Amino acid sequence: MGLLALARSSAGKHTPTATGNAPGRTARRERFGRYRVVGKTVTVSKPSRDELFAFWRDFTNLPAFMENLNAVRPAGQGRWEWEIVAPGETSVKVVTEIASERAGELIVWRSVEGSSIDTEGRVAFRDAPGGRGTQVELVVAYVPPAGGAGVAIAKLLQREPEQQARRDLRRFKALMETGEIPTSDNRIETEKA
Amino acid sequence: MRALTYHGKKDVRVDTHPDPGIVNPRDAIIKITATAICGSDLHLYDGVIPGLMSGDILGHEFMGEVVETGPGSTLRKGQRVVVPFTISCGSCFFCEKQQFSACDNSNPVEKRDISEPLYGQPMSGLFGYSHMTGGYPGGQAEYVRVPFSDVGPIVIENDDLEDEKVLFLSDILPTGWMAAENAEIEGGDTVAVWGAGPVGLFAAQSARIMNAARVIVIDHHPHRLELAAGLGCETLNFREVDVREALLEMTGGIGPDAVIDAVGMEAHGFAIDNMLDVAKQTVGMGADRASALKQALLACRKGGRVSIPGVYGGMTDKFPLGALMEKGLKIGTGQTHVQRYTKKLLGLIEEGKIDTTFLISHRLPLEQAPDGYFNFKNYQNEWTKVVLKPGT
Repeated sequence: MGLLALARSSAGKHTPTATGNAPGRTARRERFGRYRVVGKTVTVSKPSRDELFAFWRDFTNLPAFMENLNAVRPAGQGRWEWEIVAPGETSVKVVTEIASERAGELIVWRSVEGSSIDTEGRVAFRDAPGGRGTQVELVVAYVPPAGGAGVAIAKLLQREPEQQARRDLRRFKALMETGEIPTSDNRIETEKA
Repeated sequence: MRALTYHGKKDVRVDTHPDPGIVNPRDAIIKITATAICGSDLHLYDGVIPGLMSGDILGHEFMGEVVETGPGSTLRKGQRVVVPFTISCGSCFFCEKQQFSACDNSNPVEKRDISEPLYGQPMSGLFGYSHMTGGYPGGQAEYVRVPFSDVGPIVIENDDLEDEKVLFLSDILPTGWMAAENAEIEGGDTVAVWGAGPVGLFAAQSARIMNAARVIVIDHHPHRLELAAGLGCETLNFREVDVREALLEMTGGIGPDAVIDAVGMEAHGFAIDNMLDVAKQTVGMGADRASALKQALLACRKGGRVSIPGVYGGMTDKFPLGALMEKGLKIGTGQTHVQRYTKKLLGLIEEGKIDTTFLISHRLPLEQAPDGYFNFKNYQNEWTKVVLKPGT
């Protein structure tokens, strides 16, 4: 499920395709079957690739830089429960398992059978050329729910996932490089949303 | 706290805001003792920079006393600091190359969505400017929150150096210096500077220190040209002479080796295309008037250098691209990498080689800042630089 779409998105292969060496997801018109795919790459100058990998691999760290995540909790048997902020007062829970993993290089997770969202994500860590740190590529694929799958989920997926992916990845970069996530807020608001 | 606040085009007021606090570990809170109105604040005042919102606190030239520090700050309470207007993390690829105004992290991610399509990549955060550059509250206020306070602020250890002698390390002095550096001055060079405002005058002063043989400053305000003459520069009044012809004659038919546009997007001028640009700005189409730059490109000698410290924000029309390419001109520009220059320039101030206080024409309490904006905008001949003193 979805692996085909994600394989097309991985860079580093030099087989000629319709998009040349560009990631498949950057094609102007491309469909990956039923899946919508968003993805972004950032270069993170420090810390090391292994440290970046380790931080991400502990999924409980993700809400620190992913705006839409309330929490990620271990759910036993190598599974994780993601609590995603949804419009209104609600939240959506998705349980994922690791689909594939290479230490220091790649983490692929996917929603387990029967989840409310059929989704798959992968994050790849590669050495940037010229000793410039690590290229971190995040690709998320999901099936937009058909009618009856729940209004909240539908609304959630309409919240500009492309923009979310870009912002989340840049917050990750800032947090790793500087130890904090920059904000122009002049004070910490006492009432936290 | 009290702070100079933007309410709309040509409408700024001193309002009461909540005091800033420590938000991130590397923050510090500075109690402002001196802050200045910058020429680029007038671009905000005139409403020609996109992304400013009613309620924003302005001001990006400021200094003061450290009153609070986060656990990651290297500053100590009680220290006197001057704060660069560019906010830089110090650890990204660009900061490590000392391209501080290109910092990859300081512009908050949710603020980059406007400038990214316009510029391709967003630039660093800046204090008291547009939300395109982070929407950080500025320093024309009693207090300011300074992010990455372990990287930007320069500590003034010498208590004998009064505020006015070091305040301009925050922006216009390094900006003038980088403008001269971008002109790649060699001994014997003639350098022409458009605009005898604060940046133009400091660029001219820097060019002199860098051993330019001649510096020619162009403006139309007699008093500002007098200040340039006081720095040992020659002057041209563009209302009275044909600038390109005059420069050509003054340089024996060669043209200046380097030209510096310290005017930017709101250039005056009588050319037809400039009047069209003015009309477009007035109706909100927002093309940058670039008549000073266009003139500078034509005046520059073949194979010369073009330095652009003047601020531009968007697009311009009828740009003399042919002159640029055919003459083989080299361009240097950008928001100032302030942190790269503060230490060196503080040294030159301490040695008495640079004095910036000649520029200050008016000193006002913070409460009178709106008058300062009005007069700095409308009486440019006499109002050359306004320093605001909160708490007086």
